[in-house]
Amino acid sequence: MTPHYTPVAKTLHWLMAVLLFGLLALGFTMTDLPLSPQKLQLYSWHKWAGVTVFLLVLFRLAWRATHRPPPLPDHLPKMMRFAAHAGHALLYLLMLAIPLSGWLMSSAKGFQTVWFGVLPIPDLLDKDKELGDLLQTVHLSLNLLFVAVIVGHIGAALKHHFIDRDDVLTRMLPTRNLES
Amino acid sequence: MKPTFLALTLAATLPWSAYAAEYRQIQADQSAITFVYQQMGVAMEGKFRRFTAQLQFDPERLESAQATVEVDLASIDTGSADGDQEVAGKTWFDTSAFPTARFVASRVKALGDHRYEATGQLTIKGKTQDIVVPATFAAQGQSGVFDGRFTLRRADFAIGQGPWAAFDVVANDVQIQFRLTARTGE
Ligand code: HEM
Repeated sequence: MTPHYTPVAKTLHWLMAVLLFGLLALGFTMTDLPLSPQKLQLYSWHKWAGVTVFLLVLFRLAWRATHRPPPLPDHLPKMMRFAAHAGHALLYLLMLAIPLSGWLMSSAKGFQTVWFGVLPIPDLLDKDKELGDLLQTVHLSLNLLFVAVIVGHIGAALKHHFIDRDDVLTRMLPTRNLES
Repeated sequence: MKPTFLALTLAATLPWSAYAAEYRQIQADQSAITFVYQQMGVAMEGKFRRFTAQLQFDPERLESAQATVEVDLASIDTGSADGDQEVAGKTWFDTSAFPTARFVASRVKALGDHRYEATGQLTIKGKTQDIVVPATFAAQGQSGVFDGRFTLRRADFAIGQGPWAAFDVVANDVQIQFRLTARTGE
């Protein structure tokens, strides 16, 4: 039995970590910029990357359903197990809900999303200013919650590594596949 | 004036004015001027909320047709408040110095099948260009509807200068669409 995640799961995890970190940073900075061609470009890139994350999450969920992750260490109390599962479920939920809210917001604001400038993503909603503003607040709130959950996620991983000294962090790291 | 005389005068003028069918009065609530352009390869739509038109159009007497359309550029709706504010500025329309865009038709030609072509001058931001505007005209009794579109190049009118001058984010071509409903004068 290997306690490690599959290489595909690891790749997805770290690729998405980089993309999500970039998306959060881009999202929070781009909105404060004065209107300029660069701002419009950044918005487009944000939307393209966001749609990419959404597709990656779908693939990741399918992979996870067919490749069970290694079990949590035995020493974990029931409460902690529950917290870990709930935290991961929430992360997946937010990784789906955030891009969805971004897409719907863009539709309602009348700015269609065209993936990488090539593939038009249909607008499910008609242009509606109030709905657009509401969805913008939803997108922002979900992101703030996401940041909080990510902080908890990283904190938990570090606690496992440095305090519990178990393999919860290392089994997701890119190297160390040999250790048992 | 005697009532009979009044009735006679009315009787004499009414049929004539109905025949002339000269469309003059724009019905603002049944008219629209919109535009479509590409931003990062994505089609975007906007509109102008206020415009006026002086019109004299009789399909039977095109030689005397006249049209002047004036668009209040500050009434633009680009789809976002940010955008509206931006395009009022100096690099775009500079609306404080050039508040209106004006089209003056000098000649109207019939192309058949309710299609017409107006040749005239379009002035925006102090720059004037000769343009040809195709439109269809459909009369329904007292009112008639002009429907048409044409493409202008924003660079020809210095719309979007400085950082906006390149066409990679906001394309040069802007398609103007209009639907003007006019009534016959009384
Ligand atoms: C997991 C993917 C995504 C993450 C982590 C993310 C994150 C963010 C963040 C942090 C903001 C700043 C919120 C604010 O300050 O108002 C933001 C704004 C925005 N996002 Fe996303 N986003 C994602 C996906 C998407 C997608 C898929 C779209 C559209 C197709 C999108 C469209 C937007 C837009 C248009 C804004 C600007 C809203 C405004 O005008 O204030 N996002 N995003």
